[in-house]
Amino acid sequence: MATYSTNQFKNGLKIILDNDPCSITENNVVKPGKGQAFNKIKARNLRTGRVLERTFKSTESVDAADVDEMNVEYLYSDGEYWHFMEPSSFEQYAADAIAVGEAVKWIKGQEACVMMLWDGAPLSITPPNFVELTVAQTDPGLKGDTAQGATKPATLETGTEVKVPLFINEGDILKIDTRTGEYVSRA
Amino acid sequence: MSDINWRTQADSKVLLERALMLKNIRAFFDEKNVFEVETPLLSHSSTTDPHLDSLQSKFRNDLCFLNTSPEYAMKRLLASWRKPIFQICKAFRDDELGVNHNPEFTLLEWYRPGYDMEQLMAELADLVSILCSAWGRGGVSKKPDFEMISYQQAFEDYVGINPHRATIPECHQAALVHNIEIPQGMGAGDDNLNDWMDWLLTQLVLPQFQENSFTFLYDYPAAQCSLAKIATNDQQFLVAKRFELFFGEIELANGFHELTDAEEQLQRFKIENQVRRRDGKKRGVIDTRFIAALDYGLPECSGVAMGLDRLLMVLTETKHIERVISFSWQNA
Repeated sequence: MATYSTNQFKNGLKIILDNDPCSITENNVVKPGKGQAFNKIKARNLRTGRVLERTFKSTESVDAADVDEMNVEYLYSDGEYWHFMEPSSFEQYAADAIAVGEAVKWIKGQEACVMMLWDGAPLSITPPNFVELTVAQTDPGLKGDTAQGATKPATLETGTEVKVPLFINEGDILKIDTRTGEYVSRA
Repeated sequence: MSDINWRTQADSKVLLERALMLKNIRAFFDEKNVFEVETPLLSHSSTTDPHLDSLQSKFRNDLCFLNTSPEYAMKRLLASWRKPIFQICKAFRDDELGVNHNPEFTLLEWYRPGYDMEQLMAELADLVSILCSAWGRGGVSKKPDFEMISYQQAFEDYVGINPHRATIPECHQAALVHNIEIPQGMGAGDDNLNDWMDWLLTQLVLPQFQENSFTFLYDYPAAQCSLAKIATNDQQFLVAKRFELFFGEIELANGFHELTDAEEQLQRFKIENQVRRRDGKKRGVIDTRFIAALDYGLPECSGVAMGLDRLLMVLTETKHIERVISFSWQNA
């Protein structure tokens, strides 16, 4: 297995900590005068999202995490797994609920997503930054209510609830920013 | 071209203060008849220190190295001159970059024939006091105090172990008692006691040093002797006649009552090279001319090296080294 030594540590490097793939988010060297140096790092567990803090003697090496990213298309969910396809090879991947995570709120089929793979298995799914989804249910806005920034809840076709302006009606197609979960405009 | 940032990333006012600091240092040594010397930055030999790495270069087809400090060459001058000398020069260290580190930095190094460690510590305190009296703003007193604490006292007070007879299990136990993290790679192997000492020093001792104040730590464990003489302290423990000066937790200077025994120095270099191999590093190229100079006879002397960029950070209350260097590594 490939390894990285501490002098290769930098933000974004993918390493194995506690048997999980992690991405380094902070790397500081502690050096007492002429003595042994230590690397204090923070790393985000790519599976759970948790942030770990760890210190290494600066001659140590750690296992590299074989983490890849690929562009995939979302196909469907069978209730237990979410199925994605790599469009040039037609190879299909089944991601579990942990790997799909928050992406489940925004995908209905045919979206171009980014899938992170660890040792060839789906690790996480990033939906497109913007998706277009139909409003399944929302109460009619009150006529004449023009208060700036007033919003009401609307349920999208994926079942996700978002805040929308009062003029939005059922059946409207909305553009949503998946990074913030906020309504952008009518599509 | 116009969007290329060619300007200094430093604080311009601090660069003017750098000039003043250098002037004051030269005046200090001029008054005491300590002669300024220059020695090569580029050398055929490299460091054997397990914790330092020389930067490499090439002359024609020959490998050569940038100095990590001018120590070997200055001692060679000292062996023939036998006069007090000082130097302000650049030193280079691979893989050292951060808030307090730039791979190229400025060292002030000086040697005093006839001085013991305590006399040199006193002279260093004098120099720093004079520089502080010219600045002395914010957190830096115009008349600073210098705390003095032996390595043994510091470890007994803040770690609860005697560093001169501590074992790895004791260090491990101390880490557990004080509830500090144990770095990966600090196993139960019997050859990493120095690494444990360094870890306990950074985690438990240095944080106890008074903030905005100078502290001398002296009489290091014999195993961390580097180029210092070994002697016995008043409790009959072997200690290295080595000191470091800190401001808060920042190390500013490292000094020795210098080892003059050629045989022992060569042996230490060889042991350091073995440690380098253990840690998966290349062996250093031992400076045989330096060993020959010791063999000819180095006068009894003490010497110290101080990082001037860091000293300037302290004097000007600057938090990042790149603010005191005209063009730091990313901008060089």
